[in-house]
Amino acid sequence: MSIKPVMKKNKISFWFSRKSVRHKIWLGIVYVIISLIAIIFLVPLVWMISSSLKSGGNIFKLPPEWISRPLMFSNYPKVWKIMNIPLATKNTLIITVLSMFGVLLSSSMTAYGFARIRFKGSNVLFLVVLATIMIPSQVLLIPRYIIFKILHWIDTFKPLIVPSFFGSAFYIFLMRQFFLTIPFELDDAARIDGYGHFGIYWKIILPLSKPVLATAAIFTFMGQWTAFFGPLIYLHSPAKRTLVLSLSTFRGVYYTSSWQLIMAGSILIAVPSMLVFFFAQKYFVQGITLTGLKG
Amino acid sequence: MLKMSKMEIKENIWGYIFILPWIIGFLWLFLGPFVSAIYLSFTRYTMIQPPRWIGFRNYIRLFTDDPLFVKALIVTFKYAAISVPLHLIISIMLALLLNQKIKGMTLYRTIYYLPSILPGMSVWLLWAWLFDPTFGLFNNMLLTIGIKGPNWLGSTSWVIPSIVIMGLWGIGPRTIIYLAALQGVPQELYDSAEVDGAGILRRLWSITLPMISPAIFFNLTMSIIGTFQVFGAAYTMTEGGPNNASLFYQLYLYRKAFEDFRMGYASALAWIIFFIIMFFTLLVIRSSSMWVYYEGLKKGKGKI
Repeated sequence: MSIKPVMKKNKISFWFSRKSVRHKIWLGIVYVIISLIAIIFLVPLVWMISSSLKSGGNIFKLPPEWISRPLMFSNYPKVWKIMNIPLATKNTLIITVLSMFGVLLSSSMTAYGFARIRFKGSNVLFLVVLATIMIPSQVLLIPRYIIFKILHWIDTFKPLIVPSFFGSAFYIFLMRQFFLTIPFELDDAARIDGYGHFGIYWKIILPLSKPVLATAAIFTFMGQWTAFFGPLIYLHSPAKRTLVLSLSTFRGVYYTSSWQLIMAGSILIAVPSMLVFFFAQKYFVQGITLTGLKG
Repeated sequence: MLKMSKMEIKENIWGYIFILPWIIGFLWLFLGPFVSAIYLSFTRYTMIQPPRWIGFRNYIRLFTDDPLFVKALIVTFKYAAISVPLHLIISIMLALLLNQKIKGMTLYRTIYYLPSILPGMSVWLLWAWLFDPTFGLFNNMLLTIGIKGPNWLGSTSWVIPSIVIMGLWGIGPRTIIYLAALQGVPQELYDSAEVDGAGILRRLWSITLPMISPAIFFNLTMSIIGTFQVFGAAYTMTEGGPNNASLFYQLYLYRKAFEDFRMGYASALAWIIFFIIMFFTLLVIRSSSMWVYYEGLKKGKGKI
């Protein structure tokens, strides 16, 4: 709770004192170690790219080459077609965007209710919200599947989208904590100006909560974009496949014979998450530390 | 009871209007399923005919006549026993290394974080290829230094360690959590420890670890829950094999429910894992007062 991510001016003191003569040597060793680890982390990625550019013959050449001629850039358009990337992207986008919208709207509304309105039972109900985070999802899986089956929602996107519109406990928690830090004087001032709760929520609280909304949006995006279990259970027909499902079935067909195409497909579905990561890195670190320390 | 003023009644109504989405969701996505899951676990239900009450027979069968259930439990516990401590130690060590005045810090942080951004499916397929015994990168690298590598995913003894190694690649987020916690440790503590002549290990044990214990507590809880949800890796890379050596619990549950459509039996499986997860989570939470240190936090004020 009390640990704030305060940046100390000097962070070296765990290992050695600031004035230590050995400190410089030590720092050199640290550089070597963390660079080596960085290389180990990067090698699989380089291997993935290298493999994706190999020809069907070169992929099984021994010893393997890092750059093997010819560079088969044509693997990518080929996979694009086999995996039906445009359709799969469209499906994934529908699920992802609608879920993001649903999570942001419903969770922020609920969080506003818990953070800014005094009503009877709010404390107890908030404890219930927290309790739902702790419930292992396995026990809910089968009844939910049956409910969606009764509603004739199997093989539609609805089981993957609609639940987002009913508040996600974790984001409710996160947003409530954030809303509580906004001064209550703002609400009073707004009330004098004639705002009701909807006005305060929409015009005051939400605009001031961009960091936490961005964090929730990005984490929902990443979760839905990369999801496998849900789509596997609920989507069956090829026309409904998400990117991840499409790659998974494509792999099933080609099993261990076309690793260059499987690698190209793996890269293709990863590109959007990579882009989001690079452009929104701030929110990732923020979100991770927020969730990690306030848990 | 005092009578509520008009204003208070209005506030109450507004409160419930705002949390209405969650209330409805709670009723039909949590409470309803939760209660029906209890009922279903005592029935035989294949989704063709209505559920038929069979008492404790699902549970009795699980414990007396289902070797695969026992196998799935062993596999999952084995994985947890290796991966939870290993990931904990390595991510703390990495965070300690990163917690210095380093040029290019952002670059290192990005690199460590990058693998955890990839979709799981990309990761599983990539590692299945890296682990390929003949053509994969690992065994060919081992070969250049004269070691004949194992059969990785194809070997009953190596398949779990292989998945643990793959998991280490995704250690970035945890490391970032520890790093943030480390940066909150006050400088003065180290300064005075140094005056007292405390060595590195002493400082680690007596200052650093207690100060970051809330982060350890959070990560520990999350990894225990995560362990019982391992699914995609087993489903994609090994299909539970070889010889069920990677039959993770979640995979077994998936097969019972969505391949055999034995929903009653699968519900019983879900309840067993529910109690196991709850047991370990409560163990961590209950024991936390002994080892988690909240600075300036008074007793009874602890948050969940």
